[in-house]
Amino acid sequence: MKNIWIIAKKDLGSFFSSPVFYSLTSVFLILNGFIFFNILNFFSLQSFQAQQMRGGGMGLNLNEMVIEPSFHNMAVILLLIIPLVTMRSFAEEKKSKTFALLLSSPIHLVEIIVGKFLACMIVIGLMILLSAYSTGYLMLVGNPEMGPVITGYLGILLMTGCYVAMGLFASSLTDNQIIAAVISFGLALFMWIIGWGSQAAGSGLGQLFEYLSLITHLEHFLKGLISSSDLVYYLSFILFGLFLTYRVLESSRWR
Amino acid sequence: MIEVEQLSKSYGPREAIKDLSFQIEKGEVVGFLGPNGAGKSTTMNILSCIMPASSGSVKICGFDVFEQALEIRKIIGYLPETPPLYSDMVVYDYLSFAARLRNVPLKNTQSAVEQVIEKCSLKEVSERIIGRLSKGYQQRVGIAQAMIHNPDILILDEPTIGLDPIQIIEIRKLIQELALSHTIILSSHILPEITQICKRVIIISDGQIAAVDSLEALTTRLRKGERLVLNVRRNSSEILEKLRTLKKVNAVTEHQPANYTIDCEPNADIQDEIAQLSLNNQWGIVELKTVSMTLEDIFLKLTLEESEVP
Ligand SMILES: Nc1ncnc2c1ncn2[C@@H]1O[C@H](COP(=O)(O)OP(=O)(O)OP(=O)(O)O)[C@@H](O)[C@H]1O
Ligand SMILES: [Mg+2]
Repeated sequence: MKNIWIIAKKDLGSFFSSPVFYSLTSVFLILNGFIFFNILNFFSLQSFQAQQMRGGGMGLNLNEMVIEPSFHNMAVILLLIIPLVTMRSFAEEKKSKTFALLLSSPIHLVEIIVGKFLACMIVIGLMILLSAYSTGYLMLVGNPEMGPVITGYLGILLMTGCYVAMGLFASSLTDNQIIAAVISFGLALFMWIIGWGSQAAGSGLGQLFEYLSLITHLEHFLKGLISSSDLVYYLSFILFGLFLTYRVLESSRWR
Repeated sequence: MIEVEQLSKSYGPREAIKDLSFQIEKGEVVGFLGPNGAGKSTTMNILSCIMPASSGSVKICGFDVFEQALEIRKIIGYLPETPPLYSDMVVYDYLSFAARLRNVPLKNTQSAVEQVIEKCSLKEVSERIIGRLSKGYQQRVGIAQAMIHNPDILILDEPTIGLDPIQIIEIRKLIQELALSHTIILSSHILPEITQICKRVIIISDGQIAAVDSLEALTTRLRKGERLVLNVRRNSSEILEKLRTLKKVNAVTEHQPANYTIDCEPNADIQDEIAQLSLNNQWGIVELKTVSMTLEDIFLKLTLEESEVP
């Protein structure tokens, strides 16, 4: 545990001292904010019209019309941002030969991987936290249902974990950060759209594709549902990603 | 303390080292000597558990490098060929990080860092970013990193590369100091360094051990013959021929006019005969002396003999 934190702390230090982190965070917040206010604008327009037509009464559902699409968009933006956060994790260490320092220290490879995972999660968690002002604003002006908001954040966090695990895996494959980013972006996008293949594939395979898709599981969380099947999916996805990373790093020592 | 047996390592089809076997006792200072690509760094990487060997075994303090790597990593400090430095970190923070990685308890970290800063004379750069330091200072940070946890065994891959002459002397001094209480393995292709620091040399060439011995033993063993230098006043071609006719002389070469090197068999004791010849033919001896071969020659000779280049 102590070793994991030593690694994570070092990586966090280099994140926060590098302009990459700040530019990524700014881009994330700007895109997120832009989309949020557009959705909100559209929503108020709609509810205004609804009021006119039906003559007041029930407003439209804030959760369904604002929060859910915001989460969706955040998931897309994260898909673009996270590969840029994870790309340096191992690629940079290998390129600058600093990996030898970690490998010659009395610390297990698993601890190194988990430490780096933790660092990336904290960085992205921080970005998400900063963007949560939009939810705060909604709570001030309206009264959204809190259940789906909380499960939504949980779902986003789990999905982030999957992106990060894929990103670390990609980063372990190469000593080139750009290649790492491209691979992890490709992987993440593929795992996102794999559900589209379900129509083309037969019913059995189709269901599998549907199950494998990252986005299918997020839907449930956004609706406020936590099912063990979704939790198992996300957690095993993360573990599998980290396991692959372990195998790659372990076997690259043999070459 | 370190036992290496039949160690081999291949990178794909290419064999980097073949069947290395040697032993290193506690407290020894051993030098790995060999030309570029000999396999020094590969061997050191295996000793410090960074990469596994293809075959063979290495035991350090009774621990197997493959099976008990974590135990071994606690007792070694390693400076790889390229110092493992994070260029965006401040020297002090980097050394603290290294200390924590190497299991130095939190409360001792500060004193450990300050000690190595002192020892490696890093005081004036301790607050600077590593990436902006000169190569020599970076190398010193690399050495500092290796000794931060006061390990029993230090493995230093070309520790003085990139340093200026004064620093080289300082680092040598530092290594000599460390040698009092540590087992040290260092590699180099610079001979004077090895002669000054190491008691024992392991000469590697083409991935194989060409010789393991103490310096004195190596020198005597390699003096398969003696070498005399002769300086005379007169300069004529007959001198060369006359010298060659002497018994027990293997070869005579003329470097400059009237300056000859004579390679003869061990203990030939032919100085008197040469003097006699000179008197008889009035060459006019200016100088006649035995020279011992330097390690440089030994090194060249050893490695050349291996690959059978004349
Ligand atoms: N990662 C690698 N992949 C393939 N071959 C390698 C690798 N590392 C080293 N080699 C080869 O193994 C051999 C030994 O290399 P090594 O780096 O151990 O030599 P060295 O004695 O340290 O040389 P130098 O004095 O130049 O540092 C060389 O022929 C080298 O080309
Ligand atoms: Mg080398």
